[in-house]
Amino acid sequence: MLAFILRRLLSSLVVLFCVVSITFFLMRMMKGGPFDKEKEPPPHVKEAMLVRYKLNGSLWQQYTAYIADLLRGDLRESFRYKDWRVAEVLAQKLPTSIVLGGIAFVIASTGGVLLGGVAAMRRGGPVDGSAMLFALLAISVPTFITGPFLLAVFGLWLAVLPIGGWGTWSQCVLPACCLAAPYLAYVARLMRNSLLDVMKSDFLRTAKAKGVGEAQAIAHHAMKVAILPVITFLGPLAANLLTGSMVVELVFNISGAGSVFVNALQNRDGFLLLGAVIIYCALVIFFNFVVDVLYGFLDKRIKIYG
Amino acid sequence: MANPSTASATAWAGGSPDGWALLKRNRLAMVSLGYLAATLLLACVLPLLLPDELRHTSSVTFARPLQTTASGTAMHLCGSDNNGNDLFYRLLTGAQVSLGIGIVGALLSLLIGTAYGMVAGYAGGSVDALMMRFIDVLYSVPRLLFIMVFIGAFDDRIRHALDVARLWGQSHHWGSIESLMGLLLPYSRILIMVVSLGLIEWLTMARIIRGQVLALREQAFITASRAMGQSSHVILWRHLLPNLSTVILTYLTLTIPAVILDESFLSFLGLGIDDPAASWGSLLKDGAQVINPIESKWWLLVFPAALMSLTLLALNFLGDGLRDAFDPRSGS
Repeated sequence: MLAFILRRLLSSLVVLFCVVSITFFLMRMMKGGPFDKEKEPPPHVKEAMLVRYKLNGSLWQQYTAYIADLLRGDLRESFRYKDWRVAEVLAQKLPTSIVLGGIAFVIASTGGVLLGGVAAMRRGGPVDGSAMLFALLAISVPTFITGPFLLAVFGLWLAVLPIGGWGTWSQCVLPACCLAAPYLAYVARLMRNSLLDVMKSDFLRTAKAKGVGEAQAIAHHAMKVAILPVITFLGPLAANLLTGSMVVELVFNISGAGSVFVNALQNRDGFLLLGAVIIYCALVIFFNFVVDVLYGFLDKRIKIYG
Repeated sequence: MANPSTASATAWAGGSPDGWALLKRNRLAMVSLGYLAATLLLACVLPLLLPDELRHTSSVTFARPLQTTASGTAMHLCGSDNNGNDLFYRLLTGAQVSLGIGIVGALLSLLIGTAYGMVAGYAGGSVDALMMRFIDVLYSVPRLLFIMVFIGAFDDRIRHALDVARLWGQSHHWGSIESLMGLLLPYSRILIMVVSLGLIEWLTMARIIRGQVLALREQAFITASRAMGQSSHVILWRHLLPNLSTVILTYLTLTIPAVILDESFLSFLGLGIDDPAASWGSLLKDGAQVINPIESKWWLLVFPAALMSLTLLALNFLGDGLRDAFDPRSGS
């Protein structure tokens, strides 16, 4: 088990290193820099700025210097927000996005498992039908359509929830639901199909033959196996929620890391962009590592069972 | 299968059931197919037939739906936006862009995914394991982030390269190159979006194809052709690919909405298609910007949202129908 964890940790670090390298070179391919204004600065000023932002030397030297800085935990300076370190900007904005994503994550995973489980137990009935219709709609209609509509209906028309901002509980209801909806639907579908498959299996028939009731058989035996596909989806789910939060932050006027990323891209703010990508990916890769280890534990137990 | 109707069909004498016949009986999928064909046709033909007045900006901004134009000869069927553009016309041209990017991007991802999946499934063993591990990794990183940086990095460069080629054609009196580059220049953003979205949406396709190839390569006809000494290349191309065609068609249909979603995601954030061109994502962005409590400009949001949702639903219905017809074991 320890070897498995170490192997996964190592491969996570390799992936993160690749992410950093690819993004660094993409970022340096981008036009624009700290002095990219209407008027070209005099050569000595330009030279001084290149030195200040550590953009002097060959591309390879810049890359190794950046990696060295990164290993010391330094994400360097923003081009556009004068005198702001990238780490400071992100430290200010990232918590909002993580809380938003975290709430959506909990809603999507638990809600999806419950909805899918109920649909599978009531298969063929009206509950199942309406749950799957909801799932189809929620998967097909993107957040940038549901967001403005939720805003218009609950914020303006019914005026029961605030139309934007961040900080209070009522302010996070709409954004979190909007962000979670498509993934809740996806998890529900996954859960329903996998539970239906498991319910056909031999070990469950044995359990029933030994006198375990239907509900108990599902809760104690089927769930443990049926939940596995959902767990493998948790990693991609985290990645999707992080990118999805950009739209939600824009629609609900929340100032989080998503808007930092989009602005950095539009302003060609190289190091801020790079820092945002690295932090995003580090979070997602770490999360995937945790899920992988978790899965390793669960998978082992199943091998013992059957 | 525990289903009694299939259990009693032990006397089945024919081949496997005809998927096309199954599909034709699926009413929802057929309605979706009709809707999609009609949308595609209208999006291509109708913009050419609309009166000239509706195709350009006008002084009538935020006209309500069904309001007549400034000259009184035509009508803003779906209203107009803040530049006085007719929304109906922009919905149709936006459909050209969105559906076009969706279809071409999905075709590109089909090429990559099919090739990747076939090689992985046919090679098997550690090559297969490694290739599938790579897909797992790609699934778990936020791919769209890279695509956004990628577009940011290469957008200017491609436009610049096209412009250089156009000027080169001009200076060398090579009219065809000049006009071709001039033609491509306004579409450079679309070009790079198609390429980059095709580069990220092939993962599901590769997984499915690989699974199919794993199952197919154990069958007798593959063993037979290998025993006859046919090369792997011939087996892949002549024997496996035809057997995969319906699966490919199914997942092509399901990839198109995914690419359309990505494209409109980028355009909604202002990183994709931008004025004066339109896509459904950029129209929705315009619609979402005018939401305010004082004066509702609902048409700018409702019409693009309805058109896009219906199209995505139809594509998903059709894809599910195809999957049920041709690949009944994998779906719900």
